[in-house]
Amino acid sequence: METFGIWLAALLTIGIISFLYKDNVLYKACESIFVGISAGYWFITYYWDNLYRKFYLGVTDMDNPHRFFLWIAFALGVMMLTRLIGKIGWLSRWPLAFIVGATAGLYMMTYFVSNAFVQVGATIKLPPDFGSVGSYISFGMIALGTFSGLVYFFFSKEHKGVFGGTAKLGIWFLMVTFGASFGYTVMSRMSLMLGRLDFLFGEWLGMIN
Amino acid sequence: MKREIPIAITFIVGTVFALAYFIPREPFSLFERQFGDWFGIIAAFAIWLGALNLMKISAMKIARKKPDFIYASLIILSFLVMIFFGFYEGYKGLFAEPQFSYRDAGTGFNWLYEYVYSALSATMFALLAFFVASASYRAFRARNLEATLLLIAAFFVMLGRVPVGDMLTTWMPIGYTMSDWANWIMSVPNTAGQRAIMIGIALGLVSTSLRIILGLERSYLGGE
Repeated sequence: METFGIWLAALLTIGIISFLYKDNVLYKACESIFVGISAGYWFITYYWDNLYRKFYLGVTDMDNPHRFFLWIAFALGVMMLTRLIGKIGWLSRWPLAFIVGATAGLYMMTYFVSNAFVQVGATIKLPPDFGSVGSYISFGMIALGTFSGLVYFFFSKEHKGVFGGTAKLGIWFLMVTFGASFGYTVMSRMSLMLGRLDFLFGEWLGMIN
Repeated sequence: MKREIPIAITFIVGTVFALAYFIPREPFSLFERQFGDWFGIIAAFAIWLGALNLMKISAMKIARKKPDFIYASLIILSFLVMIFFGFYEGYKGLFAEPQFSYRDAGTGFNWLYEYVYSALSATMFALLAFFVASASYRAFRARNLEATLLLIAAFFVMLGRVPVGDMLTTWMPIGYTMSDWANWIMSVPNTAGQRAIMIGIALGLVSTSLRIILGLERSYLGGE
């Protein structure tokens, strides 16, 4: 089965890469298989991790005094599926409202702490290696870049004079950030491509030891 | 019914989660745990909704004999194969002695994951490298200072991540090779920009969340 699996994976890999030549039947077939397999994978994963573990095991746990409340979640979940039925599709708004409310309430504080408080703290606190000339420059640049970047995002005041100059500096820092993120993304994709080529020429064809 | 109840649900659930952060005591912590489980159960149904909708659309394409109905049937077939192994081996593993998971090595589900899903997803994402590179060739023009900064940063980071970058700069003093420059860009100006973006996102998220919880933002409910 392993040999068959390697051959199948190799053919599917070639099928996807063939898109670089042009859109073709093999690519479309591989793409459709990917869509179906992905949907099936998440369908099953969510079933066992959430519906079975959280709902089924929850409602059958006699030691849990709140087990009956899980039926409310189940009912809300079923209401989500009503979106597939035109006339009563509006019922899916109830579970959607639950998801939106939970996400808003949960992330409002956790995100604020991790992304605002912690980042501000890291910017104003001296790093452990502080003392060398390089660390002075790095610390100053990070503080200046963060501050000027935030000034750029502040649109309640017109970007003119000193404020405009600081915002301009913020744009420069942001452009370097976007460039670095772009370069990093390209290299990570390249790494994936090298991995696939390594699989084709190594594991499949045995040309690389 | 159609708007008032969803707004009330959002308010109650959002308030409970927000209060549970500040008051990690009963009954808020109990509500938070309960709602956390509910969230997981409803999220599962949301995923199911997506998958079933995909099946519905694909089945309609087949029924109407649309030009690409063969691909639609491939979608349905691969979906059914995956869920067959997921359910069959999941339940088989529950009643086996010793128990095993549908994801364990040696199961059909794991085989499909390893040789089909992983192979396809890795190649699909790898393919993006070529599109990103070709898009950058068209978009990256040093027209002004900002575009030049973006170009230089991307150039240093890309070249600094491959051995040829260091090979080209061996004549530079130690600590100033291409990979050192790439590391410096990533850890200093990039960190500054990322922090500004993250703080901005956090502030925006707080205001948007408050608007949603208080019912001022209702776009997620759609029309009608």
